[in-house]
Amino acid sequence: MGIDQTLLPATKDEAGIITTRLDEVVKWGRKNSLWPLPFGTACCAIEFMGVVSSKFDISRFGAELVRFSPRQADLILVAGTINYKLAPVLKRIYDQMAEPKYVISMGACACSGGFYDNYATVQGIDQIIPVDVFIPGCPPRPEAILHAILKMQERIQKEPVTTQARPRRHEVVDKFKDN
Amino acid sequence: MTTPSNDTERHDALVADIRSRFGDRLLDVDRSFGDCALIVDRAAVHDVLAYLKNERRFNLLMDIVGVDCMDLATYRERFELSYNLYSVPDDLRVRVEIAVPELEMDVPTATDLWKSANWAEREAFEMFGFNFVGHPCQKRLLTHHEFKGHPLRKDYPIMGGQWCTSTSDLMDELKESN
Repeated sequence: MGIDQTLLPATKDEAGIITTRLDEVVKWGRKNSLWPLPFGTACCAIEFMGVVSSKFDISRFGAELVRFSPRQADLILVAGTINYKLAPVLKRIYDQMAEPKYVISMGACACSGGFYDNYATVQGIDQIIPVDVFIPGCPPRPEAILHAILKMQERIQKEPVTTQARPRRHEVVDKFKDN
Repeated sequence: MTTPSNDTERHDALVADIRSRFGDRLLDVDRSFGDCALIVDRAAVHDVLAYLKNERRFNLLMDIVGVDCMDLATYRERFELSYNLYSVPDDLRVRVEIAVPELEMDVPTATDLWKSANWAEREAFEMFGFNFVGHPCQKRLLTHHEFKGHPLRKDYPIMGGQWCTSTSDLMDELKESN
């Protein structure tokens, strides 16, 4: 957080003052309270359960409030194989999330199709929705997921705060009907 | 009737029974690795399956498997369809196989004998293009509703993914189950 100036209280009865910019405070709040929606379709989702649980404890980074409604989440964590039949479903769920929204692609299948090099599997979810952070691995270690959360936080802190000012990561051609 | 304990002997008895009942409609018998496959005439497959189920207690249809025999000179026709049966009371397995030519892929449905034939036949239909005559709801099962072609055919490109642009409801299946 970009703190410009800190005026510490002289005695404990006085209040201290911090001056900063509004943008920085908003982004600071945003990055430390990511509410993830686990879009789990395969074994990566099991690994995600380990990250949420006490041993690795994703709540140390403020991202423990798992929501199963896209309306209440701002981070969609795609964990698992996405096939062509599921592609319009994933797109719809992403569209239902309110801005600001972020995407983490977890594991080899979501990132590239993995070893499902065939007619049924989408070869990377970045063909459907814009991805912020990719996590390699099959499945990734829990530490890798925590690393991705930290990378996501870095990105949120660096980017402009408003949706309009934030550049699109890359254009995803919309392949789906609006229905 | 005493039941022989050995699978080979019981398969011998079954083959003899089928041969006496269906004659030359039983084209061939394949006995390898302790399995028994009855290769029957395509027109007689429903009769054979009905007999096996109703008289020989093969009460479980494990799966219906399609095979694309393209470029294999040893096979009769391009496609082969294999019904894998299991008898729970007798603990015995048998396969019933038919050869299906590429240009005439009509096969009578087995859904009237086993309910499990429903999804098995839908999968064989989408993957190979068999047409199960009399099937109550012959739709694609695993691939999406906009998919064109039959992906397990040898001449289908293995990377031939097709985008699905919309979700589909399951109203046909719901109506069928009521």
